[in-house]
Amino acid sequence: MRRAFSALPLWLFGLIWALPLLYAVWSAVHPPVYSTIFDPLAPLTWRNFVQAWNEAPFARYFLNTIFLVCFTVFSQCVLATLAGFAFARLRFPGRDLLFAALLLQLMISPGILLVWNYREISWLGLADTIPAMGIPYLGSALGIFLLRQNFRTIPSELDDAARLEGCSLLGRLWKVYVPLSRGTYVAFALTSVAYHWNDFLWPLVVSDSVTTRPLTVGLEIFATPDQGVQWSLVTAATLLSSAPLLIAFLIFQRQFVQSFLRAGIR
Amino acid sequence: MGSSSGEETHPLGGWLLVLPAALFIFAFTNGPLLATFASSLYAAPIAGQGGGFVGLANYRDLFADPSFLRSLFNNLIYALVTVPASVMLALLMALGVNGAMLGRAALRLFFFLPTMLPMIAVGAIWLFFYTPQYGLVDRFTRLIGAGDINWLGDPSTALPAMMAVAIWKQAGFFMIFYLASLQNIPPVLREAASLEGASRTYFFRRVTLPLLGPTTLFVMVTATINAFCVVDHVVEMTQGGPDNASSLLLYYVYEAGFRDWDINAAAAATIVLVVILSVLAALLFALFGRRVHYR
Repeated sequence: MRRAFSALPLWLFGLIWALPLLYAVWSAVHPPVYSTIFDPLAPLTWRNFVQAWNEAPFARYFLNTIFLVCFTVFSQCVLATLAGFAFARLRFPGRDLLFAALLLQLMISPGILLVWNYREISWLGLADTIPAMGIPYLGSALGIFLLRQNFRTIPSELDDAARLEGCSLLGRLWKVYVPLSRGTYVAFALTSVAYHWNDFLWPLVVSDSVTTRPLTVGLEIFATPDQGVQWSLVTAATLLSSAPLLIAFLIFQRQFVQSFLRAGIR
Repeated sequence: MGSSSGEETHPLGGWLLVLPAALFIFAFTNGPLLATFASSLYAAPIAGQGGGFVGLANYRDLFADPSFLRSLFNNLIYALVTVPASVMLALLMALGVNGAMLGRAALRLFFFLPTMLPMIAVGAIWLFFYTPQYGLVDRFTRLIGAGDINWLGDPSTALPAMMAVAIWKQAGFFMIFYLASLQNIPPVLREAASLEGASRTYFFRRVTLPLLGPTTLFVMVTATINAFCVVDHVVEMTQGGPDNASSLLLYYVYEAGFRDWDINAAAAATIVLVVILSVLAALLFALFGRRVHYR
């Protein structure tokens, strides 16, 4: 790769890459008449954000998403800790076969089996509830896999020491294994938060009211009305609903990238 | 598999610890997959009467349904374009922002930001971007004299327009994996190569690319899964239209399952999707996996 393939052409490409996002930002922070007129002197305004916030129950959508993400990721971590520990350190009949069967989920996510999963959720009487959007994902093959890999690297001398002190199986898991796997938890949690914050199709199928709808579904309803779209409002709402994750990413860039890398190389 | 040091035999404890997670995974992944396969072999129950076993009849109907065939064909083209395009762009981006240069951090951010947006937000942004007359794309094409194009409303441009959205959304994500593995290449190799008088292109082809093998495999598999499992933008931007021109397999499943309530057609289409996905994943592993082990 020649040196020339740096600076200018790359910057031009980067600018083109950023155009859709910049265009959205432009229209969100200017009055609607300037949506598509690039006048550098156009007045800036926050009114699009305020109006978008007031025209749809975005506050409620935010709450729903936050609840969904917390419930899902926390449960995933607990279940994956127990299973990951058993797969890493305990010998029991059928272990390897079971492990292989669970890894199927790395390729076939519950999201593409949505027709059958919707039937199950309905049978359970959970349609149109927030937990229903998380339940199919509570057992996470990725989480189990990552934690198992990490637990296996923990020196068994540490484990033996705890055992000699009379620690139970769960006690050792909690006192030795969990504290030494903080990096793995962060990696898995950030990946999972990003996934479930952005998830759309399954929540669209399950949710049917304002009190359960997550941000993504709310945004889709707001962004595609039957007639007359006011773009400055749509772009404002779009940025609004992506903001928490974007801001978190800007602050913790390194951690996010490291987490995606750790969760990704499988 | 690794060392067995520190392993204890715990028949009951092991199962008890694994059970909660395994229960959820079997109930919502393995189980539904089997159930979907089973229901693809049965007729739909009509008016309270359970449908009987019909063998492959649902598949025969499926392959006689033009909108399914169109979705299948679209999805194959979509994968054939978005997977290599995203991966190649990601590699170019990574090579571009790997070395020292002005504003490197800002460029990396530009490339990566679309990844952090929900697909639905990306869809909304591109809906605006593609709007006839208002959208930036159309204003640009008018500037060069190509006139108004209804990107999402024209059957010949709708699918390519969706591909652009998918590539834009994921290339930056793959870039970080390439960046990480580029930085893992020991500088000693480059020094040795330049001592031997190897050209930059030779070094890239014979050293860099093979070392990136595992990353390429991972990124390709992820991109393939995305190509068949992400249809948020289709739901939001075109609803598969115009005239199924931008419909993908999972979108077909969604429509069959929740608009037409044709559960068995949806089941058969899901199985087709799963089979294609498995074949492609196996193919990628066979293709790139071997190179990975040779390094």
